[in-house]
Amino acid sequence: MAAGPMKMRATLAGGYTDVRVLMTHPMETGQRKDAEGKLVPLHFIQNLTVKVNGRAVIEAQISQAVSRNPVFSFRLRAGAKGDKIEVSWLDNEGETNKTETAVV
Amino acid sequence: MNPLRRTLLGAATVLLLRPLAALAAWQKEAFGAKSAPDALKSLGVANAAPSQDVVIEAPQIAENGAVVPVEITSNVKGTTSILVLIDRNPFPLVGKFDFAEGTLPFVKVNLKMGETSDVRVVAEAGGKHYFATREIKVTIGGCGG
Repeated sequence: MAAGPMKMRATLAGGYTDVRVLMTHPMETGQRKDAEGKLVPLHFIQNLTVKVNGRAVIEAQISQAVSRNPVFSFRLRAGAKGDKIEVSWLDNEGETNKTETAVV
Repeated sequence: MNPLRRTLLGAATVLLLRPLAALAAWQKEAFGAKSAPDALKSLGVANAAPSQDVVIEAPQIAENGAVVPVEITSNVKGTTSILVLIDRNPFPLVGKFDFAEGTLPFVKVNLKMGETSDVRVVAEAGGKHYFATREIKVTIGGCGG
């Protein structure tokens, strides 16, 4: 479930590149109870990295307070069609996933 | 434990992690803090100045606390990092975003809010900190379920 599909789109907008990325992740807060009344353990993405043509440009650390199946938007100052954007994440259980796309 | 040694070690760690170390260690202490001032303190943020250049766009009223869209822009020149906190969440620190050259200090994300609270954004530029807050009213909390 955790390492479900990611989706990403990177488009040239007026003066910047708009990067939108969706991750599939439950982002459990550790405070929610399941149907049997037991607490669902904490399970959330902790680290996020955005790379452009292999160079890390954004590093984020996040908490369980980011909504389930997180969607992030970032903006790159410049960019050209075909630039390779890679986004990867790592969660508190060591699971990881990444996706790659080219700027259009 | 020698407190000076601790401080030096801490400072060395901070230096090592900058800028943009690959997968910087998750700041367990700051994320585990139960109040916004404590979280900021453990990230070394003191004397942040209020600034209109830190812009938070969000709904005034969020019907569903589990999905509150928040859009953050820092117009402070030379912003390298943005911190996002929700003052009244059980663990206020939500995220720390480090921006390298070639990116705009901008992020849009959906957040969970337990109750009506100020959202607090701190931008770091040239070693100084600037902040803005914005209250978002929540009618149904998003932390329990």
